Amino acid sequence: MNIVILDGVLFVASVLLIIGLRKLSHPDSASNGNRLAAVALALGVIVALVYPLETQNNNYIYIVAGICIGGIIGIISAKKVPMTAMPEMVSLFNGFGGLSAALISLVWLVNNHFVSEATELGIVLFNLFLGLVAFIGSMVAYGKLSGSLKDEHLRIPYSTILNSLLLIIAIVLIIIFSYSGQLSISQTVLFSILSLLYGITFVAPVGGADMPVVIATLNALTGITAAISGVITDNKLMLLGGVLVGSSGIILTLLMCKAMNRSVISVFFGNFSGAKEAG
Amino acid sequence: MNEIINFFEQNIEIIYLLTFAVFLGFEIISKIPTVLHTPLMSGSNAISGVVLIGAILVIRVTEPTNYFALIMATLGIVLGTINLVGGLAVTSRMLEMFNKKKK
Repeated sequence: MNIVILDGVLFVASVLLIIGLRKLSHPDSASNGNRLAAVALALGVIVALVYPLETQNNNYIYIVAGICIGGIIGIISAKKVPMTAMPEMVSLFNGFGGLSAALISLVWLVNNHFVSEATELGIVLFNLFLGLVAFIGSMVAYGKLSGSLKDEHLRIPYSTILNSLLLIIAIVLIIIFSYSGQLSISQTVLFSILSLLYGITFVAPVGGADMPVVIATLNALTGITAAISGVITDNKLMLLGGVLVGSSGIILTLLMCKAMNRSVISVFFGNFSGAKEAG
Repeated sequence: MNEIINFFEQNIEIIYLLTFAVFLGFEIISKIPTVLHTPLMSGSNAISGVVLIGAILVIRVTEPTNYFALIMATLGIVLGTINLVGGLAVTSRMLEMFNKKKK
C-alpha cells in the first residue's frame, strides 16, 4: 500500500485523538470523546500492522495472538471490576502500559545486539528506566489501594535521600552506558533492577489517601514513555498521544492536589504526615 | 557533544511537535471540572495504550528465530492491549455512571 495514504491516516488519527481528549474534558461530550479516542487508536494500530518497514519479518501470528489475549483479558477485567475498585484498576492498567514500553526498549536492544550510537542508546535506556518505574510504581499503588500493601510494610528509612541517590546513579549509568555505545546483558539486568528499586522508593512514602494523585503522576510517566517509544520506533501518533497524556497527567496531578487541599511536595515527600487512613 | 548537536539538527521537527503538544495538553486539561478528574485520568491512561503500536512495530522487525525477543515483544503486545482495551472499557463504564447520575 502507498506510504502517503498510511501517513495520511495516521495524521487523521492524530487529529481525532486531540479532539477526543478535548471532548473528554467536558461533562456533556465525555462519552463521545472516549469513542473518538478509541477510533483514533484503532486506526493507529491498523496502520502499524501494514506500514512498510526496512526489514519485514512481520511475525503476524504473535501479534494477532497477543492482541486477542490482551483484548479478552482487558474487556473481562474492565467489565467485572466493581465501581469502587476503579482507581486501582486504572493503576493496574497503567502499570501494564509502562511495562509494555519497557519491553519495547528491551526488544529494541536485543534486535540491535545491544550496540548503537550514543544518543539512540541513551534514549532507549531512559525509556527502559521510565517504563519500569511507571510499572513498579503502579503496582505499589495498586497494592496500597486494594489494601494488600499497608503503609507500614513500606516504611523505608531515609526514603527521600535513598530515592534521590538512586536517581542520580541511574542517570550516571545512562550516560556511561550510552557513551560506551554498547551494553552487556548483565549491565542491562543490573540497570533494570536499579530502575525497579527507584520506582519502589518513589511511591512507597506516599500515603494511601494520596494514591489518586500518584496514579495521575504515574499515568503521566507512562505517557512520556509512550512518547519516547514513539521516537524509538519513529511513529508520530505515539509521540503525540504520549506527550498529550504526559502533559495532561502533570496538570491533572496539580489540579487533584489543589482539589484535595494538599501541596505536591507534601504528597511525595510528606512521609505519611497528614495522610489519612487508606480507603 | 557533536552527536547531541547532530541529533537536535536531525530531529528539529519532532522537537517542535513535542513542545507544541506539551502546551496543547496543558490547555486541554486546565479547565476541567473536579467531577471529571477520575474519568479523565482513566481516559488518558487508555490513550497511553498507544504503546501497543510501538510493540507491534518492534516485533515486526524482530528475527523469527530470536525467541527471547519474540516472547518479550508478544508480552509487550498483550500488556499494551490490556492497557488500551481495558482502559477504554473502564472509562466508558465510568462515564455511563456519570450520565445516569446527572439524570
